[in-house]
Formats: sequence, C-alpha cells, structure tokens
Amino acid sequence: MQEILQYIFSGITSGAIYAVIAVGFSMLYNSTELINFAHGEFVMLGALSFITLSGPFQLPLLSAFFLSVAGVACIGMLFERLAIRTVREPNPIVLIIITVGASIFLRGVGMLVWGKDAHTMPPFSKHPPLDIEGAKLLAQSIWIVAIMFLMAAGLHLFYKKTLTGKAMQACAISQKAAWLAGIPSKFMILLAFGLSTGMGAVAGVIISPITMCGYDMGTMLGLKGFCAAMLGGLGSLWGSLIGGLLLGILEALGVGLISSGLKDATAFLLLLFILYVRPSGIISSVNVERF
Amino acid sequence: MNKPYWYRIAYVAVAAIVILTGILVSNAYYLQLLTFIGINTLLALGLNMLMGYAGQISLGHAAFYGIGAYTTAILTVHYAISPWLALPAAILIAMAIAYIVGVPTLKLSGYYLGMGTLGFGMIIHILFREWSSITGGASGFIGIPPLEFGPVSFASGRNYFYLVWGFVLLSLIICRRIIDSRVGRGLRSIHDGEKTARAVGVDTSQLKLQVFVLSAAFSALAGFLYAHLVYFISPGTFDFITSIRIVTMVVIGGMASIWGALLGASLLTLLPEWLHSFSEFEMVVYGLILMSVMIFLPQGLTRGLMDIYERSKKSQNR
Repeated sequence: MQEILQYIFSGITSGAIYAVIAVGFSMLYNSTELINFAHGEFVMLGALSFITLSGPFQLPLLSAFFLSVAGVACIGMLFERLAIRTVREPNPIVLIIITVGASIFLRGVGMLVWGKDAHTMPPFSKHPPLDIEGAKLLAQSIWIVAIMFLMAAGLHLFYKKTLTGKAMQACAISQKAAWLAGIPSKFMILLAFGLSTGMGAVAGVIISPITMCGYDMGTMLGLKGFCAAMLGGLGSLWGSLIGGLLLGILEALGVGLISSGLKDATAFLLLLFILYVRPSGIISSVNVERF
Repeated sequence: MNKPYWYRIAYVAVAAIVILTGILVSNAYYLQLLTFIGINTLLALGLNMLMGYAGQISLGHAAFYGIGAYTTAILTVHYAISPWLALPAAILIAMAIAYIVGVPTLKLSGYYLGMGTLGFGMIIHILFREWSSITGGASGFIGIPPLEFGPVSFASGRNYFYLVWGFVLLSLIICRRIIDSRVGRGLRSIHDGEKTARAVGVDTSQLKLQVFVLSAAFSALAGFLYAHLVYFISPGTFDFITSIRIVTMVVIGGMASIWGALLGASLLTLLPEWLHSFSEFEMVVYGLILMSVMIFLPQGLTRGLMDIYERSKKSQNR
C-alpha cells in the first residue's frame, strides 16, 4: 500500500510535467492545426536558461523564472515568423520536417551554449519531504502540481474572459472568418506560438530541480507530452491535463509493479491504444476522420 | 519520344555508372560510403512509395529496417541458418508485422497517422533495447557473419558495393513497374483525395495496406544488407531519429519521384560527412539546411530545381 502510494506520488509529479507540455502542444494545435516537433527543445531551453539565470547569474528564483519563460517565448515567436509563416505549402509533411529541422537546430544551439554535460538545480524550497502513510512527498512535487493548476486556471480564464483569448479561439475555428471579423489572425498565431513555447519553458523550469538537464533532454519529454495530449484529446485544455496525469501515474505504476524496461514503452503503448480505439482522445473536441 | 524509352536509357546509365564507380573507386572508405548510399536509397525508395505516391506518412520506418537487421542477426548467429535463407525470412517477418500493424494504423490520416507510426516505431525500438536475451540489449548484437555465395565472398568492399547496388537497381525497376501500372494510378488517386478515389471504385484501404507492406519489405532488405555489412547492430541505429532521417531523404529528394529517392539518400548520407568539418556546429547547420529546403523548395530538390530551370527557360524565351 505504502509502495503504491509512493508510485502514485512520483507518477503525479512527472504526470504534471507531461500535462504542462501537453497543454502547450494542444494550444498550438488548436489555433494553427500544427504539431510542433520542436516543442521538447523549448522545454530544454527553458530548463537550461533557468538554471543559468538562477545559478551563475544569481537572480532570485521568481525573476529567473519569468525571464527564462519570456525569453523562450520570444524565441518561439521568432521561430514562427522566420520558419513557419514563410512556408509556401503548409501541408502536414512539410511542417513536420520544418519543426524537426528546428528541433535539431535548437538542440545544436543548446549544445553550443551549455555544452554536453548535464546540469542540476537545487529544489525551489528547502522544506523536508512530507510523510504521508509512510510514503515521501517531495516539496518540489507540490510546487510542480500547484504551478500546473495555476497555469491551467490562468489559461481557462484567458480563453473565457479576455478579448484576446476569445479572438484566439475564433482563429482556431476559422482563420478566414476571424480575419473578416476584424481579428488580426496572423498576430494571433504569433501569440499562440509565444504562449505554447512559453508553456514549454514553464515545464522545463519546474522539472529542472528533479532531473539532470542537458541539451538532449527535450526529445523524449516532447514525445511523451505529445502522447499525453493525444491521450486526453488533442486541442482540449482539460483533456491534456487528464492525459498527462494519467500517463504519469500509469508509467510510474508500470515501472514499479512490472518492469523498469516498461518506462518509455508505456507512453507509446497508450498512444497506440487510444489511436486505435478512440483517436479523438478521452475528452474529444475534434472529430477524427477514419477510413 | 515515348517515356518508357527514356526510362530504359536511365537504368542503363545508372547501371553503367555503378559498374564504372566500382572499377574506378578503390578507396575502401569511399566504397563503404557508396554502399551506405545504396542501403539508404532502398529505405527512401520504400518510404517514397508510401509517402510520395500514396500520400501516407510514416514516422516509424526505422522499425522495419531494424526488424530486417535483427531477424537476420538472430537467425544466422543463434540458429546458424544461412544468410540467404535469412533474407526471405527477414522480409516476410517485416511484411507480416507491417500487415498486422497496418490494418488499424492506416485507418488514420494526417498527423494521427504520423503519430500512430511514431508510436509503433518507438515500441519496436524499446523492444530491441529491452529484450536483451534475444537482441543483446542496449550494448548491441555482435558476430553477424559476412555474406558468401559459393566461391564469391562479399566480405570485400567492392563485392558488397556491387551486391547492394544490384538490389537497388532491381528495386528501382520494380517500383517503376508498379507506379506505371493500374495499382500505381490507384495509389496516386489516394494521394489526391481518398474520398474521391473511393468514389471512383479504388479499394483504398486494401491498396494502402499493400503499399505499406511493400515499403516494409524494402526497409527489411535494407536492414539485412546493413547487418551483413557492419557485422554489428545496436538499437541506437533504429531509433526515432533514423525514422525521421528516412522521411527527410524522401522529402528533400522529392516526393513521388524514384530518382528523388536516390538523390535524397545520396545527399543525406554525404551531408554528415561534409559537415564533420563544422564539428561543433554540425547539428546547427544540419537543422538549418533541413528547414530552408522545406521553406523554399517544399516539393523537394528534384521537382524544385526542375521548376526553377523551367521558369528560367520561359523568361529567356520571352
């Protein structure tokens, strides 16, 4: 019982990170119908720049957090302006190759700037782990889950209450119609890129104290975040959260109860399962065409 | 001048170039590089049939490449079976797995199909890494025997080069024949619009499955040739990055073009060799090249360069 509780705690921790990454994927897909294979690299950029800003640059945690997220969001918008908007034939295959090219490029940049060694970061607060029924709950886990909920609530309010958020949703439904109604749809897409990559950076920042961060950490995180987004339903905010948490918990239980070799396989087995059974995800917002 | 005539000349020209290269190039490193180009051409050719002609993306083709390599490794080392019997076994196993996976996966389309094939590729990669009692695990599989045929040994670089390029030529001809047939026209109709194709009586799901299985067979052949060339295989060769590299070969070379597969495979095999001089900047430059080709020539190099040529000819005539 105590062991299972421990697995669930660590599952929720990694699940919350997958959820934040998945929300980034989902948001972007929602407003641009594009899957950004470089998303994991933005997570890496967020984590490493946060470590650099709070370590060698001695900035307080909060300002390091905002600076690195804002910086990564700017890189994301630059990426949209330079590499996505200029595409002549925006079909899925071309966009997949471009974002894959961007991910290789960013990984190369990460290697040049931060070197090949892994970096680490002390936890946000020095609070000792809580003891619940014999299972240890790290303070960092509470931080991660709290930040995930704050972000989800913020996004929900942004979409429902602000004019910009509503305009963005209008763009997601139909870019042309939104443009006709006076919404600057190109700017909205730019903004969506900024938000989505910024969200990736948040995931990177909150994961930095609990894992080794190196220039190659992004690929696997990105793919798993992607699986989580698919699991919950691509394009749905709450679906992505549920998908992320579910993936994290099942992964931790699979590792603990069956075999550690299963760790990376869980995400992809779940991905295939959901694609075969219900490709629109647990919470479906889109209708997937199947032949 | 009718088309088939030109095709025949092109094959003869490629065959002549292959034979001449084999005679003229004696540097072992260059021969091996050219052999790798041949293997990559087989991979790109198979995926091009699926992606370029039928318009179905696969982000997990390294799985079939790996299945080909691991099948022959396991059969020849653990069971001491002749490699020439392992070859059909490797191809058949890859085809069978492609069939089983293809039935549910090919129902999906667009990004969802990409994700389904990606998931399959990752699972096979993890299987190679974790099933260590059979595959040797993460440290790899050693001791794969060299190929021999009667008195002819393919252990030398030149003989292996001829063997691989013989297979490449054969595959080029097979693909050309398929594309020019009724099946080929059916495939292209799927590319242009699956609903329309169904409406005019093309059995799209059957056809997609067939071309998926065919491309898996080509990839398994490439895997077989790779395993007996380097005698050592490890899971890292058959990961997600490899799948992406195969897709890149197809797209950069030019989709729906047999010669595009050849061009793309050649470029993508040679590019890392050229980029070695950039050392630290290798990944940055590689990523930039990938992005800029897709931004400026989304049809790939063969089609894109041809368009530029035709446009310049038109402006001259004016």
